[in-house]
Amino acid sequence: MNFTIIAETNGDSLHPTTYQLIGAAASMGSNSTVICPNGECASEAAKINGVEKVISATGDCFSVFDGGAWASALSSMCGKMILISASPNGREIGSRIAAKKGIPIIQDVVSMTEGITVSRPIYSGKAMESLTISGSAVISLRPNAFEAALAENDAPINIIDQSADVRISIQEAINKASERLDVTEADIIISGGRGMGTIENFSHLEEIADTVGAAVGASRAVVDEWGMPHRMQVGQTGKTVTPSLYIAVGISGAIQHLAGMRSSKYILAINKDPDAPIFGVADYGIVATWEDAIPALKSALSDLQS
Amino acid sequence: MNIAVLLKQVPDTTAKITISDGKVDESSVSKWSMSPYDEYALESGLQLKDATGGKLIAITCGPERAKKMLTDAAAVGADTLIHIPDDGVTDSTHVQKLLAAAVMRFESNVVLCGKQAADTNGGSTGPGVAELIDAVCVTLVSEVNFLEGDFTTIRPSNSGSEKVIVNGLSVFAFDKGSLELRRPNVRGIMMAKKKPIESITSSDLGVDLDSSNVIMNSQTPPPEKPAGQKFEGAEYVNEVVSRLRNEANVI
Repeated sequence: MNFTIIAETNGDSLHPTTYQLIGAAASMGSNSTVICPNGECASEAAKINGVEKVISATGDCFSVFDGGAWASALSSMCGKMILISASPNGREIGSRIAAKKGIPIIQDVVSMTEGITVSRPIYSGKAMESLTISGSAVISLRPNAFEAALAENDAPINIIDQSADVRISIQEAINKASERLDVTEADIIISGGRGMGTIENFSHLEEIADTVGAAVGASRAVVDEWGMPHRMQVGQTGKTVTPSLYIAVGISGAIQHLAGMRSSKYILAINKDPDAPIFGVADYGIVATWEDAIPALKSALSDLQS
Repeated sequence: MNIAVLLKQVPDTTAKITISDGKVDESSVSKWSMSPYDEYALESGLQLKDATGGKLIAITCGPERAKKMLTDAAAVGADTLIHIPDDGVTDSTHVQKLLAAAVMRFESNVVLCGKQAADTNGGSTGPGVAELIDAVCVTLVSEVNFLEGDFTTIRPSNSGSEKVIVNGLSVFAFDKGSLELRRPNVRGIMMAKKKPIESITSSDLGVDLDSSNVIMNSQTPPPEKPAGQKFEGAEYVNEVVSRLRNEANVI
């Protein structure tokens, strides 16, 4: 079983999920073909173990993100089994390639074994589903769910120039107000809930975030009731996150919040209510008010950094 | 303008999901609702309708219970209600074919849907339908406007967000944004109860549902986490931080 992997980049370097896609395929014995859209990072991809060859996909259509155009250009380069990141763009390209080829797409897979049998969260992680796929398919993998492949390889690179009609034009770029890390990209997230009292008190979480390079998240209540930007919302109607460490402060742990963060590697919950449901998913829990715990946390983390 | 809005009824996000006999037990779901992102698609569709004098066609593929959601959509202004019985169809490829055929049957000019449904969390439907009807698709949008023959919308980008323009047959997949959702009034609710729901089957739509090559083996509760370590009082913060460093190796 050899996979075609569609790489995702940050422009100058491969996104870490690309190493995970290749690692996941290699664990199934695949000698993979990696396609680098826009020709980005082809030489980096060629160094990753488990890669048999790299296709540097050049084409004018890759200068703008139009999932339809990208799928048209990439589709003919793909083999029977296709792996892509379950990022928003990955899901979109994958869906269009699957529809174009008339094959199924399985999104957000977190484990994959011979057969091919995959499992994926459903109902935002309130349940898991196991599926067996026979024949061709597109599979999108959840970021951070698979071991990354190492880079000590030297695979050949082929350049294929293939474009397609772009039907999206960008009229205006709107820069984000803050340069803060996005919750879906962060390795550590510190989130606040209604227990923070007021939106102004989030400045204390931001200080901690700045100390350890974390992103700041929020519960739905804080977004809906206090006007926190929706991009910060973690939960079923917000972002699903899988950081190494998720710190929940003053968040009771409504089922819809747990759905968005329960697959974090480690969870630290700080809440004054010892019976808060958030403690049910926490690896470490501290029963305390944020007013008591946050200054102590800030100084302990600052000490570690120095 | 014919505005198609694709809707899905799902367990409410506050509902508990229980498993029995290796499958999610739908009969134990306490409340069914319109999938949250679809609500934003519907609201945007209603705004497009108001702005252009168009017609809003609410389409769902699902079991009998999903008709209630179509009536809810009518209460806020959906003009035509289309129910495609799912007859046990679970393969997303099949659902896309049915929805795409319905979109074309009603000569839609624009298709709005949620970025993903709150049950399967896939996000395949919008782009998949777009592919089948040869439409452009913009995902994770927060609003759509129609100006001088073009659609303008806002989507996230690496540096923040960007305003994009598309024209012709277009699909927009909605994220939760700043749109204020309208609530039905009494008159709307009364009128909606009388509004007919048209049922259209796969054979009416001329869609041949071949066998699926994806088999569902089982559905299970999420893996149990071992009980965590709980400390009473802020004086344990230092202890926990040192465990995060030495046991968990995450800081």
